[in-house]
Amino acid sequence: METTALKKEAVHTPTGRQFAHFDVEKIRADFPILHRPVYGKPLAYLDNAATTQKPLAVIEAIRHYYSAENANIHRGVYHLSEVATRKYEGARKTVKNFLNAASEREIVFTAGTTDSINLVAAAYGRKFIKAGDEIILSHMEHHSNIVPWQMLCEETGAKLRVIPINDRGELIFEEYEKLLNERTRLVAIVYVSNSLGTINPVKDIIELAHQGNVPVLVDGAQAISHLKVNVQELDCDFFALSGHKVFGPTGVGVLYAKENILERMNPYRGGGDMIRSVKFEKTVYAELPHRFEAGTPHIAGVVGLAKALEYVESVGLEAIAAHEKALLEYGQEALSTLKKLKLIGTARKKTGVISFVIEGIHPHDIGTWVDRQGVAIRAGHHCTQPVMDRYGVPSTCRASLAMYNRKEDFDTLIAALHDIIKVFD
Amino acid sequence: MEELRELYQQIILDHNKSPKNYGKMVNCTHASEGYNPLCGDRIKIYAKVENGVIEDIKFEGEGCAIAKASGSIMTALLKGKTVAEAQQLFEEFQHLITSDVRSNVDTEKLGKLAVFAGVREFPTRVKCAGLAWHTVKAAIEKKDELVTTE
Repeated sequence: METTALKKEAVHTPTGRQFAHFDVEKIRADFPILHRPVYGKPLAYLDNAATTQKPLAVIEAIRHYYSAENANIHRGVYHLSEVATRKYEGARKTVKNFLNAASEREIVFTAGTTDSINLVAAAYGRKFIKAGDEIILSHMEHHSNIVPWQMLCEETGAKLRVIPINDRGELIFEEYEKLLNERTRLVAIVYVSNSLGTINPVKDIIELAHQGNVPVLVDGAQAISHLKVNVQELDCDFFALSGHKVFGPTGVGVLYAKENILERMNPYRGGGDMIRSVKFEKTVYAELPHRFEAGTPHIAGVVGLAKALEYVESVGLEAIAAHEKALLEYGQEALSTLKKLKLIGTARKKTGVISFVIEGIHPHDIGTWVDRQGVAIRAGHHCTQPVMDRYGVPSTCRASLAMYNRKEDFDTLIAALHDIIKVFD
Repeated sequence: MEELRELYQQIILDHNKSPKNYGKMVNCTHASEGYNPLCGDRIKIYAKVENGVIEDIKFEGEGCAIAKASGSIMTALLKGKTVAEAQQLFEEFQHLITSDVRSNVDTEKLGKLAVFAGVREFPTRVKCAGLAWHTVKAAIEKKDELVTTE
């Protein structure tokens, strides 16, 4: 067994502030980087929406793969290649189980969420979306779920339609209902907003789209480490995620897609590993999902990702969600007591993302200031410029949580904010 | 804390709060816009240049304290200077903010600009200090495209 943080009995109901029941120190012990000081201060890492830290189990899995198992997959008849192939395909099974997909044929390894979305835009979009067709997105999409569709629209003559959001940062569902029509060919929607924390009602969104036979892509990058995802229950047609947002390595991700849709899609990239036979006259493509995995994949990354998912499973997403909810409430309340501070994104259903601005102090100055106290937060537009425009700010500060955060991280942040407000006054 | 106070000196905080030469200029002869894609900050510089002399100069835009103070101090300094002198100051300022943090600062030569020596401790903030200067350089050299810090 790897360094598992929590026993199963520690799972508790997601109400109230139950810091005591969740052994955050035990989890922290599994993450080496959390114990290195920054500028001589303890690290308060609050930029988890950008990337998460890695538990020792993941680091060790990658080290072990390269130290003892490295070979190319689906090729050699020798021992190491078999081991590596087994590991790689075993990871696919882990992902399939984690998402509760119906089959491993529905799990495509990619370079990350951005790559997954680009895959759908290229292999599905170019085939099925034509001039005059419409793609529905929301106002709170990450650039990675805007730009690939814009590029597709430029190429095909299709149009983007955007679901607006209210002042809290919630989707206006009635507007979505109005946007859906006979020209809609795809809905591409973020599950959890990276800059606002809003949890979108994706199940309802999907249900409504399916009434008109419109497929739905869910950008799950920010959901995967906070919410239990069940793709069959959601009934989404595509689900994209990144390994590094869920305690795994960078450069690896997943595209889940329903088998009957994958079957009908064009190939994405051409090359080795995605073919059954190649002749100059004609190439026969490989079976699903390999048809979409041209070239030698990021095998070590996939191995690390599987280990990360196992780690999350061992802690339990319910326990994680409850811990983060309590922390979020603590943080939001504490920040709200600061004068001149305004929270951006106050959806009734949200995960541990707190975006804020302080009147008279630019987010970059705040970012630099708190950094010197050991606090890592993001200051910027978070790759969601339309959201910034909606709130009339060029950028915000953002503190975003993961399972290993604790009250003290907020306390350090808030003390530093008090200081800068005083100095800038 | 010491480095932070070195960066955010009172003079920088004052210029951030009440920047000099802030606003639009309608009858300018030169204008340029600068952009820092890292933080999304934008700055516009307007200048009225007559016979090679910067008769008037203004700036406006969104920016952090460092960028704003830099625009404020820079415009105050450049008013009445020749274009050649402005270019010379640009070089000196660039040299200052990109020089080794341990090297001595010639405060006599740099005058008010010396307060920006503190950014050398903060590599991610060097571009904030340089944005206004890059933009003014583009303006007086009559380059019309958007200037970025990249």
